[in-house]
Amino acid sequence: MDITPTNQILAVITTSRDRVGGSAPIFYADSVSELEQMAVYLSRIFMAAIHDLGNEVYIIVKH
Amino acid sequence: MRYLTTIVLATFSGLMARLYMLRRDYRQYPSYPQGWAIHLFIGFIGALLGAVMIPSLIEAEYAAVSFLLMAASQFREVRNIERSGLEKLEKTELVARGTAYIEGIARVFEARNYLAIWTSFTAAAVSEMTLRFGTLAQAGAALAAAAAAAGLLNQLMRGPSIGDIADIKPTEISFDGPILVVGGVSGMNVGLPAARERYLKQGVAVEIIPRDVDAKATLANIGQMQAIAHDAASMVGVYMDVGEQEYTPLVRRDPESGKLVMVMIPSEDNQEAFLEAVSNVPVLETAIRKPLRSVAGRMMDRRG
Repeated sequence: MDITPTNQILAVITTSRDRVGGSAPIFYADSVSELEQMAVYLSRIFMAAIHDLGNEVYIIVKH
Repeated sequence: MRYLTTIVLATFSGLMARLYMLRRDYRQYPSYPQGWAIHLFIGFIGALLGAVMIPSLIEAEYAAVSFLLMAASQFREVRNIERSGLEKLEKTELVARGTAYIEGIARVFEARNYLAIWTSFTAAAVSEMTLRFGTLAQAGAALAAAAAAAGLLNQLMRGPSIGDIADIKPTEISFDGPILVVGGVSGMNVGLPAARERYLKQGVAVEIIPRDVDAKATLANIGQMQAIAHDAASMVGVYMDVGEQEYTPLVRRDPESGKLVMVMIPSEDNQEAFLEAVSNVPVLETAIRKPLRSVAGRMMDRRG
């Protein structure tokens, strides 16, 4: 049986280094377009959804 | 053998009744040749049980009758088999059926065997009663009674669909920042601008407005909401791939009015077909609530 964590933040992607912290993997992007690109790649890798927190912070969450 | 005609007639009627009912659940649970073979055979056993019941009663063989009743309890197993089978397949569905829907389907399969038993029982009784009018009249009467019984029982077993308890109309999809808003109800957070655009361009949405307090309570069932998502998605097709969670069909409830909203991206943009699909989703037996049958429920209704 494969076990996948659900309703957990699998990754955080952001453009600003001072906005996020904590235990989830954090990826930094230089621009908004790079941010979106990284979010797409990560969501396809994790097969999870992308959520936008509004302040140029994206999180990848598996539901 | 004195009862041969009756038993053959009744078994045949019960089997035909099971076949008739098997035809009608094609959409609910696609059956394959193997599935048909399994259910027809179980139906045949049931039909035979119902058929030999009458001769054993006539012959006052009460021990035999008791054994037959015991054998009938085996049909409970049918529900377990259906349930565990569908639960195992749940992982392979893009849009899950949900446990409530599975339970509903399993119950239907169990109940239909009992209907086959009733039908063959009726046919056997009529056949024995018309014995003295000759074999042809006996066969005609038994088959007619069986057809009437099967038709009536089937009619009685037919539950309402969503279109019977609620008004369904198309509604707007918009975004409040990243939040998907459907008919004024906030849904999920769609992070990707490309996904938001796809929702606005290809998405279809409906409002399901309950007609009364009973319908409101029924639609508040999570299993019912999941069943709507699954059935609508299976009827109109869904635009999503494994792991694309942002395109999962979404059913949300408005706590204010009790209405449901559903949004999805169908494989082909056809609003009409989508409305039709949603209104044809069966109301789950386990989801039905009747608060109007209570004093408190009626008091709530007057206030609203």
